[in-house]
Amino acid sequence: MKFSYFPGCTLKNKAKTLDAYARRCAALLGATLEEPEEWQCCGGVFTSAKSEVATKLSSVRLLKDAADKGQPLVTVCSACHNVVKQTNHAMQTDAAFAAKVNAYMGEDGGYHGETTVYHYLELLRDAVGYDAVRARVVNPLKGKKIACYYGCLLLRPSGVMQMDDPENPTIMEDLVKVLGAQPVVFANRNECCGGYVSMENPALAKKKSNAVVENAKAMGADMIITACPLCRYNLMKNGADIPVVYFTELLAEAFGVKEGDTDE
Amino acid sequence: MNNEWVRDEITRMSGVNPKKCMRCGKCSATCPAYDEMEYHPHQFVAMVENGDIEPLLKSESLYMCLTCMACVERCPRGVEPAKLIEAVRLTAIREKGANRLKAEAVPAMLDEDTPQQLLVSAFRKYAK
Repeated sequence: MKFSYFPGCTLKNKAKTLDAYARRCAALLGATLEEPEEWQCCGGVFTSAKSEVATKLSSVRLLKDAADKGQPLVTVCSACHNVVKQTNHAMQTDAAFAAKVNAYMGEDGGYHGETTVYHYLELLRDAVGYDAVRARVVNPLKGKKIACYYGCLLLRPSGVMQMDDPENPTIMEDLVKVLGAQPVVFANRNECCGGYVSMENPALAKKKSNAVVENAKAMGADMIITACPLCRYNLMKNGADIPVVYFTELLAEAFGVKEGDTDE
Repeated sequence: MNNEWVRDEITRMSGVNPKKCMRCGKCSATCPAYDEMEYHPHQFVAMVENGDIEPLLKSESLYMCLTCMACVERCPRGVEPAKLIEAVRLTAIREKGANRLKAEAVPAMLDEDTPQQLLVSAFRKYAK
């Protein structure tokens, strides 16, 4: 199986382990991830205004490149996934918006949302299959109690993201079970960490992040996993006293290919 | 600014029809930034509907919204308040010289762990 693979800016810098273990584990599962020759930042957040066209062009170019290669597109960062998926949806469903975008694209235009976009978690669940993932586990993570933190971006808006039930998701908990550990369900798992507001209002981000960590701990978790570098940053910056790690690190540990420590 | 023109522009760019709102307040009840806001999500919807937009354009509440989409997800009428707030915020920061986040101020906000994602997201939300 061959897929286009979009790492995004943060995975090239502060979140290198999220990227490295995603690639390594995909290879073990027989999924080939091909990074496009050229790509730009997704923009970090999707702007819902229909009059914002230029800010969405980098995602459309990425989607068009995958369509030209006839490959589904895999993302792993929650933010990249949200932006790319929402942009694809707008290209599929909003003809006036798509016409404007394609006019901007000139002779590269003619895209209408043909590419299938998978988050890496969906790649595991829907393309590879959790049974095949289980078959690769050499180091079952027995005894670990793991809180799966979804945040906002993976799940909402659910009509577009279509990953899971937005109020009662199971995709990460099911993966944790496949890897031999015990998932810890907690109420704040789909509530916001504060997101980009930590740039200019760290107090608000602290309040939101602390609520997530406290809730996970109260439910008995000894570790939190996430797919989002900004969630991880906010949780850790605000004094999380249990480890907050990327889900791909957990996967690598269970596959017996994790090296060294987590990024600080 | 002509209020009617601004209101129509905001509803057009957001795709939100504020008339669908039945004033249940669920958007504000679920909003993680509620305590920080002067005008809450349900008030944004009602004020845009009434063309009472000047106070919103000047309000700090515009920059407290986290775009977490909880209000969009949980609105029983599909009003999608976050999209309306986004359109009001864009109307404010598209004015000349109205960028909320200035590049000169950024270095002081960074630390060695700041992910690139935070920088680009903040610029998308607070500057044009």
